[in-house]
Amino acid sequence: MALVLVLIALGSIAFHLLSPWWWTPIASNWDYIDTTLIITFWITGIAFAAIVLFVAYCVFRFRHRPGQQAAYEPESRRLEAWLIGLTALGVAAMLAPGLIVWGQFVRVPSHATEIEIVAQQWRWSFRLPGADKRLGAADIRHVSDENPLGLDPQDAAARDDVVVDGGDLHLPVGHPVKVLLRSIDVVHNFYVPEFRAKMDMIPGMITYFWFTPTRTGAFDALCNEVCGVSHYAMRGRVVVDAEPEYRTWLDQQKTFAQLASGPAGIRHAARLRADRGR
Amino acid sequence: MADAQFGAAGALPRADLDDVELYHPHSWLTKYVFSQDAKIIAVQYSCTALAIGLVALVLSWLVRLQLGFPGVASFIGPKEYYQFITMHGMIMVIYLLTALFLGGFGNYLIPLMLGARDMVFPYVNMLSYWIYLLAVLVLVASFFVPGGPTGAGWTLYPPQAILAGTPGQEWGIVLMLVSLILFIIGFTMGGVNYVVTVLQARAPGMTLMRMPLTIWGIFTATVLALLAFPALFVGAVMMLLDRLLGTSFFMPAIVEAGQRLAYGGGSPILFQHLFWFFGHPEVYIVALPAFGIVSDLISTHARKNIFGYRMMVWAIVAIGALSFVVWAHHMYVSGMNPYFGFFFATTTLVIAIPTAIKVYNWVLTLWRGDIHLTLPMLFALAFIVTFLNGGLTGLFLGNVVVDVPLSDTLFVVAHFHMVMGVAPILVIFGGLYHWYPKVTGRMLDERLGQLHFWATFLGAYAIFFPMHYLGLMGVPRRYFDIEGLGFVTPSVATLNAFISIVAFLVGAAQIVFLVNLARSRTHGAPAGGNPWRATTLEWQTPETPPAHGNWGRTLPVVYRWPYDYSVPGADRDFVPQNQPGLTRAEAGAAS
Repeated sequence: MALVLVLIALGSIAFHLLSPWWWTPIASNWDYIDTTLIITFWITGIAFAAIVLFVAYCVFRFRHRPGQQAAYEPESRRLEAWLIGLTALGVAAMLAPGLIVWGQFVRVPSHATEIEIVAQQWRWSFRLPGADKRLGAADIRHVSDENPLGLDPQDAAARDDVVVDGGDLHLPVGHPVKVLLRSIDVVHNFYVPEFRAKMDMIPGMITYFWFTPTRTGAFDALCNEVCGVSHYAMRGRVVVDAEPEYRTWLDQQKTFAQLASGPAGIRHAARLRADRGR
Repeated sequence: MADAQFGAAGALPRADLDDVELYHPHSWLTKYVFSQDAKIIAVQYSCTALAIGLVALVLSWLVRLQLGFPGVASFIGPKEYYQFITMHGMIMVIYLLTALFLGGFGNYLIPLMLGARDMVFPYVNMLSYWIYLLAVLVLVASFFVPGGPTGAGWTLYPPQAILAGTPGQEWGIVLMLVSLILFIIGFTMGGVNYVVTVLQARAPGMTLMRMPLTIWGIFTATVLALLAFPALFVGAVMMLLDRLLGTSFFMPAIVEAGQRLAYGGGSPILFQHLFWFFGHPEVYIVALPAFGIVSDLISTHARKNIFGYRMMVWAIVAIGALSFVVWAHHMYVSGMNPYFGFFFATTTLVIAIPTAIKVYNWVLTLWRGDIHLTLPMLFALAFIVTFLNGGLTGLFLGNVVVDVPLSDTLFVVAHFHMVMGVAPILVIFGGLYHWYPKVTGRMLDERLGQLHFWATFLGAYAIFFPMHYLGLMGVPRRYFDIEGLGFVTPSVATLNAFISIVAFLVGAAQIVFLVNLARSRTHGAPAGGNPWRATTLEWQTPETPPAHGNWGRTLPVVYRWPYDYSVPGADRDFVPQNQPGLTRAEAGAAS
């Protein structure tokens, strides 16, 4: 048993160091999260190895032999006080950086661009602000096949919003974005592992998180809150572009006003109905 | 310590007082089926829990079959997959772990360890079991109704739990909620018994600070359960009303598949608060009895008093109290006000301190002990390793910002399986190997036990330790199929297949255990009354298995704390609690 315990302690450390499974290369500003995680790995790893090896030593050294008697030692306040103090120190060393980074996570930079992601079973839609640089009003009362996001047709701020329904979301590299999250049916969660940040989307509420994409590329997004039978198939894609490519892409997108009146909107509605029929 | 004078003549109440008359069974039916004897009820609870646990085991095999070898089993589609994970989770947490620790160990050990004749309300105790059985049957029935059981995930988050996009929307979710409501009613009947028995029916001399830690763990867990389950109860009732009567407690305005539903104005996140206000204490409802039992196993089999008994008691109480102010750490990315994160991260990490004290004290109990590597001791050591591992990964998930990338990935799955699946179940096994001789009068087979132990311990560790790293990579939980995710490397499939194969083997080892349980009842070596040379009262009964009423004509009198092992100068390496004379520890404290 003692030998097995030593092997578990050393084997776990070896696995940690040598295994090919590790986090994805980061693509956002949240490397602070990774740093906190590494601090936590160090502290917990040392505690784990120390305690398991100590148990292994005890099991070996104090194993039963004929004539052996255990010591009689009900308690030791000094030792217990030391251990409490040491543990509290370790906990503080993890909690303090954690709370500092959380402080950054909840405070969105004032110059962040607001974008919106809308979830429904089992697909994503995206909305970017139009020329007025702000997102217009939306309400579930307005949701229809022609208006899947439920934008308010009366609101001028909504009419120029760019609606991306069924395509990839593109973002310019290096600009902080505040992601507003809505759902029109059940709870979903928008997660891109490379960005680290994520948040649930709750019907009836608007939730948010923010991040700054730090490198270009295409990243898979997935739903990360169980949302029904096709939860596992609710995938999406975020493409982070350099500024010129982003501009090119943005110019090809349709605004809400264009979609609602033009033939594109009607075609889209027909496709939605056909999808549901399947 | 004030009660040190109990050794003096005349300071103790008489032990041969007339007892309150027990209900005596008149027929086989009232003795073994509709029994009011807590020991029989304990066995009924345990057997039912193990039987339904076997269903959960088979479900976990099916889940691993799909994850390790996607598409191999053609009968597992996404619908079935979500039903399997939901039922596996709910059965394990509620119908196995909670029922076995409190209904099984609680019923057997509370009266015996405290020197009582039975629970104080035997009739209500009997009802508790039968309602629990009904709850289990309702749950099982959901496999056979149209649409099958619910596939909402064991957390049952609305709105999806009661909408058409989730499997089992027709009947499954209704039966699940009804079964939970029944379970809570049945549990409350048992729980009232456990609390009142601990407070009112202890033998003369059994002060609270002389109770074995097993009883402290079960007692505190029961108090937590009585306070926490009502939150789940109202959540279940409200969701049932939303589903059946069209109320909107948890349902906002929803457009589902193009149709505007009649719901409006409710809050999905309110359910999450109710669920986790129950759900987090639930972790400790399972963990605290395990903490208590493992303390007694380590002390007995290391022939040494538990180190820091008083600190252990206060740690149990502190963990119990703190467990009510940490629930929203399950909801860091739920969309609740993010400023809650500061508070709940702090309370969650603070709870690590009393928990760490318990680990230190178990380990320090081994120090300079006389360690017998019996099966209960092996399971206790395995518990320390797995609980330590699972507890430490809790520090990742409790620290709000670290939780953000990890939540709802396999890291979480690995964490909670290690800390509240594997670790408590290892204690259950240790406890069963330890007390089986008292329940049946016979020992469990040692060789089958060794096989069971090594396969279970090493297998479970090999399943869940590597799984953390898949979660770190971002592999999500509750995914029927991870095919096509760009960030998932091809080697993940290899690891998943490895985990599945180990899971099949660990499952098979549990069959060995069940065979051992059944066979040793008639073929095991006779155990005698106190095979482990233990100090606590249940080993001092006049008969083994103990008869109805437990103690013969007179109740035992308690003279000392439960951990007088290897007392210097004593003629044996243990001094039973009911042996007169002053405890060395108490004499020291009094002087």
